[in-house]
Order: sequence, then structure tokens, then C-alpha cells
Amino acid sequence: MRLGLVVDLDKCVGCNACAIACKQWNTSGTSGSLTDYKPYGADPSGVFFNRIRHYETGNYPDSKTVHFPMSCMHCEEAACVTVCPTGASYKREEDGIVLVDPEKCMGCNYCAWACPYGARELDREEGIMKKCTLCVDRIYDENLPKEERKPACVMTCPTTARYFGDFDDPESEVSKLSSKRDGQELFAELGYKPVNKYLSPRKKVEIEKHEICEPDLVRKVKDWVNKVVEL
Amino acid sequence: MHPAFSVIFFTVTSGAGYGFIALLGLFNFLYLGMLIDKNTFFICAAVGISLFTMGLISSTFHLANPKNAWRAFMRFRTSWLAREGLLAIIFYPIIFLYLYFIYIDFQLDYFLLMQTYSLIIFVLSIIIIYCTGMIYACLKTIPQWNTFWTPINYITIGVSLGALIFFFILDFNNYNIEPYKFYLLLLIISSLITKLSYYYSIRGPKHDIGQATNAAIKLKTTKVRLLDVGHTGSTFLTDEFGYKVAERKLFKVKMFAIISGFLAPFLLIYIHSFIFENIIFCILAISLAFLGMVAERWLFFAQAKHVVNLYHGSQNV
Repeated sequence: MRLGLVVDLDKCVGCNACAIACKQWNTSGTSGSLTDYKPYGADPSGVFFNRIRHYETGNYPDSKTVHFPMSCMHCEEAACVTVCPTGASYKREEDGIVLVDPEKCMGCNYCAWACPYGARELDREEGIMKKCTLCVDRIYDENLPKEERKPACVMTCPTTARYFGDFDDPESEVSKLSSKRDGQELFAELGYKPVNKYLSPRKKVEIEKHEICEPDLVRKVKDWVNKVVEL
Repeated sequence: MHPAFSVIFFTVTSGAGYGFIALLGLFNFLYLGMLIDKNTFFICAAVGISLFTMGLISSTFHLANPKNAWRAFMRFRTSWLAREGLLAIIFYPIIFLYLYFIYIDFQLDYFLLMQTYSLIIFVLSIIIIYCTGMIYACLKTIPQWNTFWTPINYITIGVSLGALIFFFILDFNNYNIEPYKFYLLLLIISSLITKLSYYYSIRGPKHDIGQATNAAIKLKTTKVRLLDVGHTGSTFLTDEFGYKVAERKLFKVKMFAIISGFLAPFLLIYIHSFIFENIIFCILAISLAFLGMVAERWLFFAQAKHVVNLYHGSQNV
């Protein structure tokens, strides 16, 4: 098995619900707690497994805001596991989930240095590296109804922008989506083979522009120069 | 990258210590039993061993959970950090047995065996410094470290610092330093040249925001710009990787490192060797070299830009 996530950037509205659901589930989960520092102070901070960035691209009328959730990619060639000197970081044979064994971690930060995605955060109070577990304590829980055996972020997403499944199974929803919409990897050139895939925003219907009046010659020349320069 | 003082101290002193021991091994390999008396030899070994021991102890200070530090040797098959730690620990019995053999004049009866042992000491010390360099050089996420110049710099600088101390001890004990002047100056110059090559190789950005996001956003014709990082305060990631220093300050520190770490020791040793002999020049050269190397190591961290910054507002790293 090769478990992972598909994130549809066309659907994501950047509401941060996945980050909150993740924090809520995992802070009392096997990798808990996700310590907060000075949560009611002037400069609150804390450990998160999932962070959402917001990007803007292009100029009107082709401008777009893209909401970009990022968590552990559970890489096939996970550099964080290779560099770990203690063996605390490991990748599970059976499902490919990358985990940290808190009994072995010495908090040297080396794995966080090796991760290009910022997926690992040190819990400064416990002195242990923490990261997304793909809700390993949820997805195999037989006490939960079958449809709820998914990571908390996937369960909670109000726009169903997140999908969870096995990429080794060509019939799984994630495999089908990924192949149908050409699922993309982040930072593929580093060669870590991230499992999580991103579905790019599809091209929008172009907004029709109405000319108020016929542009004069000077305007036309300027427009032409602009076009040439932009090429 | 955030420059942690414990790690700067660790890399400088352990590099100097292993560099020094490497030279002792090489010396014995070349002129076994003839050159220096046992007392001087043991003083040298004690200085070298205490240097790298101080460094190794200091390296544990940046651990968030030091009670698990003993596990750091477990994954030597994949991790350069584990390799460095394991070799550093294995090196202790090897060097102590070696010192014992010197003490009982083992080389008188088993010359070839001791010569091989000396060569092993030399090679192993160099390999340990190489491992220290590879801890940083193997990280593809930090392009300013991910170059073969990194371990080369660690080795040449470590050996140069060791050579400076060795030279001083020999001179202080009234040995004839005439044959070594040239080699010491050559070492300092080669460490400077390799360091300058490193600075040349890391110039300019290596990755841009496009590599970090465009594949997914797939709007290749337009620029992508971070609008909102999604958190209101600092995080572990911004603290650890977001360390930024003004270019002017970086330039000043670089100038200081080059002058104090390489040029001044070279000049002082040159004056001491060829113009006006005074042991003070040696002491000054060692102090300035160590000071310069601390600056050089600080720069090594402060200049390094982790690719995760591309998700925190940098257009390139």
C-alpha cells in the first residue's frame, strides 16, 4: 500500500478547517500533544501538522488566488528517514506512512532540515519532532464506521478538496483522480517522490471585456508594444 | 539557517582536533620514532583529543531531547550524522591504544605494524571530518550546503587549524621547524582557495518559487506570489529556517573571516618564519585563525537558505 492524499486546488477555499481538525484530532492522538506556546499571550505559536498558504497569480482578468494546504507528503524516498541518526524516523513497509517514534527521537532537528515541505515541527516542550501521521490512529480504527476511517483533515473538508486513499491501487479514488487530472508533485526535482498529489486549478472561463470606444492609433501602438514586451 | 553557537563551536573545535591528530598520524607514518620525543607527542595528542572531545560534548547541547543522544549511532548505514557519531566514538579506543603503543615503544619491534597504525589514525581522522562536512553537504534542501566543496572546506580548515597548533607546539619546544614552514603556509593557502571556491560556487539563487509551487498551480506563464502564509505568528519553521541577515553584514563577516581566518595567520607565520622570529606571532596566528573560523562557520549557517523559505515568501533561495 502507498497511502496518501490528493488535494484539489480548484476546490480548496483556504478555510483552514483541515488544519484545525488536524490539530484537534492529533493533539490527543498518538503523536500528541501538539503543544501551543503562550496560546493566550501576545505572541502565540504552536505545533501544526498541516499549514495552508495562499498564493496569488497573474493580473486581472487572469488573476487567481490559490489556496495551498501542505502537510507531510509521505515521500517514497523520504530524506527525513535517511538522515535520522537514531532511527526514530521511519517509513512503514505496509502502507508507506512516515512516522516518528517519540521514544527514540533526540530532537536534533536534522530531519526537519532534510524536509523541503516544512512538514516537521519540533515540539519544544517535549523536545520531540512531530509530524503528520496520516491519522494512523483513525484510519485503522475498527470502532469507527468504515466511512469515517479517514484522516481528520479529509473528513472535515467542507468542499471535499481532500481525498485519501491507496495510490498503489489503480482503482482507488486517489489514483483515478490523479491520473485523470494529471496530479502534480511539489519539488519533484529534489527526487524525494512525494506520494501526495495536487490537482492544478483548471483554466477559468475568460471574462469578456467590452471596449467602450474604438482605441485610437497611439493606444493601438502602445497595446502592440505591451504585447511584444510581454512575449 | 539559524546559526546555533553549540554547532559552530562543535564543527570548528572537532575539525581542528581531528585535523591535528591526523597530522600526528601522518608525521609518525613518515618519520616514525625519530622526530619528536614522547613527552611532546603526548602533549600534542592531549591537545588534539581535548579539542575534539570539547566539540563533541558541545554538539549535544543543541539537542532538544539529549537523553536519547546515545541512540545517535544507530542508523550509520544511511545517516551521515550517525556515521560521524559512531566513528567519533570508535576513534577513542583506537587512539588510546595507539598512544599506549607509542608509550611502550612498540615501533622498535613492530615498525611496519606501527606505520600501518599511524596511517589508519591519519585516514580515520580525515574520514571523521569528512563525515562532519557530509552532515551538511548531503542535504538537497539547502543548496548552499549541497556541494562537494563543503566537506573539502571542513577538511582543509580542520587540518590547517591543527597544523597551526602543531607548528606552535614544535616551535615552543625548540624543535627545528625549518622543514615545515612551507607546508604550513601551503595548507593555509589551500584552505583559503577551497573556501573561496565554495563562496564562488554558492553565489546566486539555486531554486525559485516556481519549483516549489508552479507544478501544482500550473500557471507557468505568470508569476506566483505568496499572499498569506496562513499563520499569525512565528513558527518552528520560521525560527529555524527563516534566519536572514542583511547582505552588508554578511559581506562584513565574510571579509573578517577571510582576513582573520586565513590571510592574517598566513602573514604572521610568514613573518615568523622568514623575517622576524617570535613565538608571539604563532600565538596570535592561532587566536586569529580560530576567531576567523568561528566567523566562517557562522557565515556557513547564516548564508544557507532552506528551500522551505519558498513557502514563506522568498521568491528564490
